Amino acid sequence: MAARELCDLTATELGAKLRAGDVSSAEITESCLRRIGDVEERVKAYLTPTGDLAREQAGRADERRAGGDASPVAGIPAAVKDVLATKGIRTTCGSKILESYVPPYDCTAWARLSAAGSVLLGKTNCDEFAMGSSNENSAFGPVHNPWNLDTVPGGSSGGSAAAVAAGEAVWALGTDTGGSVRQPAALCGVVGLKPTYGLVSRYGLIAFASSLDTVGTFTRSVRDAAKLLAAVAGKDPMDATSLDQTVRDYAADIDGGVTGLRIGVVTEAFGEGVQPGVKASVRAAVDRLANMGARVGEVSLPHADYALSAYYLIAPSEASSNLARYDGVRYGLRVDGRDSVEMMARTRDAGFGPEVKRRIMLGTYALSAGYYEAYYGQAQKVRTLIIRDYEAAFADFDVLVSPTSPTTAFRIGERTGDPLAMYLSDVFTIPANLAGVPAISIPSGLDEAGLPVGLQLTAPVLAEPLLLRAAHALEQEIAFVTRPRLLEALR
Amino acid sequence: MPVEIDIDHVARLARLDLSDDEKDRLRAELAVILEHAAKVGEVAASDVPPTAYAIPRANVLRPDEPSPSLAREDALANAPEAEDQRFRVPPIVEVE
Repeated sequence: MAARELCDLTATELGAKLRAGDVSSAEITESCLRRIGDVEERVKAYLTPTGDLAREQAGRADERRAGGDASPVAGIPAAVKDVLATKGIRTTCGSKILESYVPPYDCTAWARLSAAGSVLLGKTNCDEFAMGSSNENSAFGPVHNPWNLDTVPGGSSGGSAAAVAAGEAVWALGTDTGGSVRQPAALCGVVGLKPTYGLVSRYGLIAFASSLDTVGTFTRSVRDAAKLLAAVAGKDPMDATSLDQTVRDYAADIDGGVTGLRIGVVTEAFGEGVQPGVKASVRAAVDRLANMGARVGEVSLPHADYALSAYYLIAPSEASSNLARYDGVRYGLRVDGRDSVEMMARTRDAGFGPEVKRRIMLGTYALSAGYYEAYYGQAQKVRTLIIRDYEAAFADFDVLVSPTSPTTAFRIGERTGDPLAMYLSDVFTIPANLAGVPAISIPSGLDEAGLPVGLQLTAPVLAEPLLLRAAHALEQEIAFVTRPRLLEALR
Repeated sequence: MPVEIDIDHVARLARLDLSDDEKDRLRAELAVILEHAAKVGEVAASDVPPTAYAIPRANVLRPDEPSPSLAREDALANAPEAEDQRFRVPPIVEVE
């Protein structure tokens, strides 16, 4: 087995080494850049690498640390999904329409990391405007899963997930509107956290579906997720939906274990369409939870079946409105026309890819006169029913468990011809977005093909400390250390 | 039952200058997706209130204090076309 290098360690391990003076941020950053040099040509996780900036930031982080700065994110090299605006650094959203867009401001999540001394390795590839479950909807080509380069990394934050899995970043930011952090985390064998809606400011998260969009984290451990969340969370005057951060240290209770915790296994998440290897791995983890002293029982989310339908009306409806801003006037692509309307329509046809057009059309239709009540209106009512399902489930259980996605990584090209089949990848992750509750995906093992399986834990609104505690306990018990095949072949 | 869509009308509303091929494909795809999505009508009864935001917030106010905003040159830096410190666009209204 190839030796683990600095770029393969967790941020917690690296933080300890930095504090002890054993390594510098410059050395960690060089290790990541070397790994990028070794594998990026095959993985294609990055759209805009920022190596020079990373070296400069690492040098500054080392100076700050010498001066006594002890922030857990200082000097740790990170990757940021390309739907998060970064001042002076090209931000494309994986779209031709923003191919040369350079934001004049930072999103709040990155602004906070940057102010704390974080190091930016680059902007990661993603499905166009975060619409997709395989990263194949990027206008700049697909990302390849480090576990098997012929398979997808999941999406939409596929580049962030693959970068963390391959050691091309220590941790990363992504966004999760219907599963876009958790599903790629599952397919790439890393930890993916979607916090409570509003816990992390959406300012500078280029909007897809505003009532569902969240900023989430990709890490190699649950403890790292707690640290990265703490660094980005909290009220922001620039986002009226942002929530006060009542907790400052998300890792404080993380060693509390699961003894006595009531854990509900979601019945609907083990039905047809779920691969046997996924079911077996998640079931085995549930048995571990019982052996660890958790009180495990079955729980039903009876309206889960309707969540996918509601999501594919609500998200496209909001998207059709949000994406109206790409009109060829203030930023992005322009294709000329005789008048403004023709210019806009030509610009949008040339600049958007097939999936984005599909969702704009779907949303425009669902919101149009005569159809609004039957589609968007009804979907909003289903959203109420989903929230009630969770309220009932959390009356009996502290944390819910299910697979993160029905399948492990699928082959590139396998589902591109069938939008509905692709949408089914998110069937277990979408309900948490509709209800605003936090959820996390951790690796539970490998399937028979040697691909990682993700297990999802879900907790009530703002119960991140409990969620992270349960996830950490299970993570320790599973002790998932297998590394992507790609890395085993290095040197 | 597959849903019939006036694709030209929707494309016009969405300001998308779709090709005929795109229209044909979208007409077929949206019909299938909407048929599936119409399931929301099966369960959502009239006594269920709609939810727009899972964590509702109303009237979020802040003190009305002036603060610096984006500099004009920064705001125009990404514009496809600018003139006299303004965004330049093709004609909006026809001139006789």
